[in-house]
Amino acid sequence: MLEEGNIINELLIERLNYFIYVVLLLIGLYGMIAKKNLIKKLIGMSIFQTAIILFYVSVAVKEGSTIPIYLPEHDPHGHTGDIKESNITDAIHAGPSVLKSELVKDYSNPLPHVLMLTAIVVGVGTLGLALALCLRIYQGYGTIEEDELLAKMESREIRSKSLSVQIPKEKSEISNRRKPPSKKGKPQPTSKSKSVSKKKSVSTSKSENQVSVKSSRSQKNKKAVKKVVGSKVSNKGNKS
Amino acid sequence: MGLALFNTFILLLLVVAAILALRVKDLLTAAVVFAVYSFLMCLLWAEMGAVDVAFTEATVGAGVSTVVMIATIFNLKRKSSD
Amino acid sequence: MKIFTLIPVLFVGALLLYAAKDFPEWGSPSGPASDSPVSSHFIANTGVDTEVPNMVTAVLADYRGFDTMFETVVVFIAGMAVIAILKNSGRKKPVRREYEVDAEPDLIVTNTVRLLIPVIQIFAFYVLAHGHVSPGGGFQGGVLMGASFILVALSWDLETALARFPMQWTTIVAGLGIVLYAGIGIFSMFLGGEFLDYAELAKVFPVSREMARYHAMLGVEIGVGLTVTAIMFSLYANLSSEGRLQRGL
Repeated sequence: MLEEGNIINELLIERLNYFIYVVLLLIGLYGMIAKKNLIKKLIGMSIFQTAIILFYVSVAVKEGSTIPIYLPEHDPHGHTGDIKESNITDAIHAGPSVLKSELVKDYSNPLPHVLMLTAIVVGVGTLGLALALCLRIYQGYGTIEEDELLAKMESREIRSKSLSVQIPKEKSEISNRRKPPSKKGKPQPTSKSKSVSKKKSVSTSKSENQVSVKSSRSQKNKKAVKKVVGSKVSNKGNKS
Repeated sequence: MGLALFNTFILLLLVVAAILALRVKDLLTAAVVFAVYSFLMCLLWAEMGAVDVAFTEATVGAGVSTVVMIATIFNLKRKSSD
Repeated sequence: MKIFTLIPVLFVGALLLYAAKDFPEWGSPSGPASDSPVSSHFIANTGVDTEVPNMVTAVLADYRGFDTMFETVVVFIAGMAVIAILKNSGRKKPVRREYEVDAEPDLIVTNTVRLLIPVIQIFAFYVLAHGHVSPGGGFQGGVLMGASFILVALSWDLETALARFPMQWTTIVAGLGIVLYAGIGIFSMFLGGEFLDYAELAKVFPVSREMARYHAMLGVEIGVGLTVTAIMFSLYANLSSEGRLQRGL
């Protein structure tokens, strides 16, 4: 199976480097799609970017060549090469000259290096901006996992939609009860009563807690809850 | 031949680092492994003759990018669910 | 769900491997990318046109100066966007972090950093100025300078670093870098050449045409370095304190 010209031989042995670059690209792509945490997605994006840069830079490699900076004997300023013997021709001392074509292949290709320098710096700018967006999302929703995030967005959308439907009903309730309209929808009073009862649960006993919660739920009125719990606490204070 | 072996070795380490950076559940560990990945890339490019690119990746990738990521993770939750 | 995403990823991988089969051997000097006339022209003519030994810097700042200018603009825009997203955001009271670090600056760390920071900054200037003959240039020097300010912010606290390099100065310095770069380009346009044609500067300064390109490249790299320094530090300062610039890491 490992003969010459076979596809597996071509891919895995002669061009092993390209095969591993493709594997790195796939790891980055998989990380961007399948992970739920937003920071993991960003790490996947960054792996993808650096793998592409690696691919481009490796296209510029020439076997047996040196780095793309002029060697001292080809130096354009011409005066670092005069340490050698005196049989140097006058062409070197006369200043810069066009490099001969057979010497060109001794240097690595500088063009992909230049393009990839730009790509790296743009990549870090993109990463900074994406991290700022993650921070903002965390401040707004309290989570950076994708499924919890989508659930919270949907519930907020549903609540705002139900609020827009409920407004005429609340106006009729106002005339009956003479209370200011609550800003949020129906879930608001129960949570408020729960938090109020939580604060007071340190001092009140359990039965009083249950009574206060039950009374608040039956009336669904913020001021009534405060009055009830306040009266209970003042009664307890009077007793002790 | 020695150079090709070195290349292959560093590339295999790169694959291991990339998989590890995506698998750990602790975000701080993921950021540090990502810095290791950046540094291995820099080493690979320096061996291939791309010295300017390696210099830039060493400062930007293994330097500023890691610090900025850790600064953000410090303000978020450190544990991820997957 | 994860198995479901594996199928398109493997499909893309198969396509890429099918294309990788046609590549030339790794490192062969006769491939189409290594043999192209553009690269050969760059390698052969950099010494004659610009007298700069580092081919990468010459191509970056002179032959492809337009790309570099817009890349600097992209970095600038990224920094401004981070400030715009995170300004006046967040809660009124400080965030309840998982790990409260209220430690004082440590004695050993501050004294070591006090000795190191001047060396790092001189090295950053060296990398910027020596980018013509050795690996380096504007980006690398700028990032090193920015990293030295981040080091001050990490060893002491963020207020100390912001006392040295306030946030208003950050935006001004970043803008100054781009103005310097585009200014050199427009100046050479006034002198009769095209935009970013540095050789026309020889009409004003007493140097030859090639050395005019040499010196204009240095000016352009300084512009890039200024912008990158300011943006790297402002990126760290905004991200570590959620835009409020009070308590950092």
